[in-house]
Amino acid sequence: MSLATFLIQLLNSVQYGFLLFLVASGLTLIFGIMGIINLAHGAFYMFGAYVVWWLFGYTESLTVSILLGVPLIMVLGFAIERLAIARLYQRDHLYQVLLTYGLILILNECQKIFWGSDFYSVPVPELLAGSIPLTENQVYPVYRVFISIVCMLLAAGMYLLIQKTRLGMTIRAGASNREMVQALGININWVFAIVFSLGAALAGFAGMIGAPISSVYPGMGDQILIISFVVVVIGGIGSIKGAFIGAMLIGLADTFGKVLVPDFASMAVYATMAVILLWRPQGLFGQPVH
Amino acid sequence: MSEPILVTDRLGKHFGALRAVFGVSLEFAPGQVHAIIGPNGAGKTTLINLLSGNLPPSDGRIQFRDHDITGMTPDKISQLGIGRSFQKTNIFPQFSCFENCWLAAQSRRGTSMQFFRKARRLTDVETRAVKALETCGLGERRDTVAAEMSYGEQRQLEIGMMLATEPELLLLDEPLAGMGTEEAEQVIELLRQLAKKHTLILIEHDMDAVFAIADRITVMVNGEVLETGTVEQIRNSAEVQHAYLGDEEEDA
Amino acid sequence: MFRTSLYTNLALVAAIIVLATLPPFLGIYYGNLVTRLMILGIFAMSLDLLIGFTGLVSFGHAAFFGLSGYLLGIIMMDTESASLYWVLPACLAGTALASVVIGWFSVRTTGIYFIMITLAFAQMLFFFFNENVALGGSDGLFIFNKPTLAIGSWNPLDLEDHHTFYYVTLVSMVLSYLGLRQLLNAPFGQVIQGIRANENRTRALGFATQRYKLVSFVIAGTLAGFAGFLEAMHTSIISPAHLGWHESGTAMMTVILGGMGTLHGPVFGAFALGYLHDWLQDVTKYPTLYMGIFVIAVVLFLPRGIAGLPADIGRLLRRKSPAETEEEEP
Repeated sequence: MSLATFLIQLLNSVQYGFLLFLVASGLTLIFGIMGIINLAHGAFYMFGAYVVWWLFGYTESLTVSILLGVPLIMVLGFAIERLAIARLYQRDHLYQVLLTYGLILILNECQKIFWGSDFYSVPVPELLAGSIPLTENQVYPVYRVFISIVCMLLAAGMYLLIQKTRLGMTIRAGASNREMVQALGININWVFAIVFSLGAALAGFAGMIGAPISSVYPGMGDQILIISFVVVVIGGIGSIKGAFIGAMLIGLADTFGKVLVPDFASMAVYATMAVILLWRPQGLFGQPVH
Repeated sequence: MSEPILVTDRLGKHFGALRAVFGVSLEFAPGQVHAIIGPNGAGKTTLINLLSGNLPPSDGRIQFRDHDITGMTPDKISQLGIGRSFQKTNIFPQFSCFENCWLAAQSRRGTSMQFFRKARRLTDVETRAVKALETCGLGERRDTVAAEMSYGEQRQLEIGMMLATEPELLLLDEPLAGMGTEEAEQVIELLRQLAKKHTLILIEHDMDAVFAIADRITVMVNGEVLETGTVEQIRNSAEVQHAYLGDEEEDA
Repeated sequence: MFRTSLYTNLALVAAIIVLATLPPFLGIYYGNLVTRLMILGIFAMSLDLLIGFTGLVSFGHAAFFGLSGYLLGIIMMDTESASLYWVLPACLAGTALASVVIGWFSVRTTGIYFIMITLAFAQMLFFFFNENVALGGSDGLFIFNKPTLAIGSWNPLDLEDHHTFYYVTLVSMVLSYLGLRQLLNAPFGQVIQGIRANENRTRALGFATQRYKLVSFVIAGTLAGFAGFLEAMHTSIISPAHLGWHESGTAMMTVILGGMGTLHGPVFGAFALGYLHDWLQDVTKYPTLYMGIFVIAVVLFLPRGIAGLPADIGRLLRRKSPAETEEEEP
């Protein structure tokens, strides 16, 4: 592999890793803080992509579509949390898995009803459509770099929110001791609704910003969901730090896997997971099991 | 004195920077009732968890008879003959009392990886289970679902399950926790009976009970052993009184 | 602990008699449907062993269902004829081996990790077959030649005949049920039920719980493989979808719908869900949508499934929450 190819694959890994991180962080936050496994999380990613495609048809601008689309996804997340997820808080994981599985079925079918089963594409905005030269004859798309930068800023923003704001403190408190937070007069249900909507928005945004690269197609939600699960499991449930490292590892495994062992590319991701679990069954930064 | 049945050598457990148990070196003589007392947070339950294998030690060794049991898993330790009852009732609530003791008794068979015989036909298991049920006073409640019993009865079952595993050494974590006087007296009497044939190590806050049945007492404070001695020694020890009274002053 | 009332036993015998006398009244289509439902019943029972009796919520159980079918397809790929007497054991052995490997990794984890890891392993197998051109890729394999029970020129049962296959499946289902019952009443079965009820305590009593969980996982996986073998023999097709998480999700659904931890409940769940699926496909353009709504409704309103209906009605009348009911669940 030439240096240029290696560099390109590395940059691709990072970019993919960042997108994965956005989706996985929502998943791990929702589980870590609310104790809910949400299988339908991938649906937010999918809806994000479809909504941005749909809005693009009217606005002709990716930026405007995203700005309009993110609130829409947040509303969707909020509605789902209030109507369905809120009933799962005290229940066994099995029921959470099943209920959110039912949600996937519904949401996937809704997507087909609204927008059909075709593949759609969203063009890269003109401003970002150029390429950066890497070597004399290799270039790298500006848009992919843009995605990485935006995700990095979002990640930093999330860190600040969780660690440095009152809302973040309330969220962290609610994760440790729900009843206590309620006893302090804080409406924990609203906190959870906000956390869930934020997680949904993150996943939706990932779908939107990634749409020009990945295209928009049915089943994209299911795909990213499974990979996000792997990321969360590798990183340790409830750990944002773990989600980040896990996402980067998977980004590397997937991207280089496709180049080095194309026939077994998909398996590279799961092999990575198996190796890590062999070493640490609770994930890299998860709570140890005794 | 005869060989101690259990010896700990500088046993310690820390969680990050927190030292829950430190430098605990104790000897437990066979056939005796050895109580461990101390203020909350003294490390008593952590110590029991170390002895029963629920927590791996950070430092030190544990020796049971001629086995080094440091870091052994709870199931292996149970198989060696150390039984455990829990402070927070840890039974099978959906099973009947008999089924609870049954499973405990079945553990004494060489292996339960048997797929083709009917479990309930194993008479040796049945005998053990029934004996345990009667010893802990629940003979009449054989088919009652555990969840439907009173708290005190559930604590009795907790002890019964432990007995069904026919242990030599009993680790009892606050067996009297949350009990009224009458119930407590029944359990104290049960412990007296058990003390005739087993070695008991017990954590308790109920001082009357401790002074009534213990042969030796160890006082723990802040994860370390403050003093070990006979009931008289501990009762009259200025250091122990200071440890307890001193703590009360701080709380006030 | 596992126990069935006289009423339940009678109902089961009646159900078997009904199934045994049904074929003359069913056309080919419904005959095949019921055969498929019985196969799903075996699959569901194997999952109930894990979820309902050992407390292991596996979201990747379809991996074993599909793997067995693929093993059959691979063995028969370039073979004109083969004897079932070695093909079936071979497929089961392969599936058992896979479940040992996957189980060994998975059983080291608990709770939500276990759910996710079993899902991920199943996906791994899914992608392996989906991207493997030699094995038909996403289209899967068509099994032209199937093994027979023939010894020399004598063929005791013609498995190509739909009627015969129906009865073979029925007998398989009954034997699977009886076998699992036997297992649950054996010392092994007592331990795994203890693990489900309180794993911590079971370990403290002296049982090496990891080993028991692994053995349970392997037994369940192999039985699922048996169901998958029957399915592949029946339809002559095996595709990656058989390993997919929708198949696993549907299986979990049948266990919950039927009543987990009852053993017979999931079979009823398989019939109910299978029939519902079949009906929805005729009646609407969006069967998945209604299936999803149905799944959610069952989770919210019928947590103990069909088998627990009498108890659930009682709960509704007394107005307890589903969470409280779960605490009482055996």
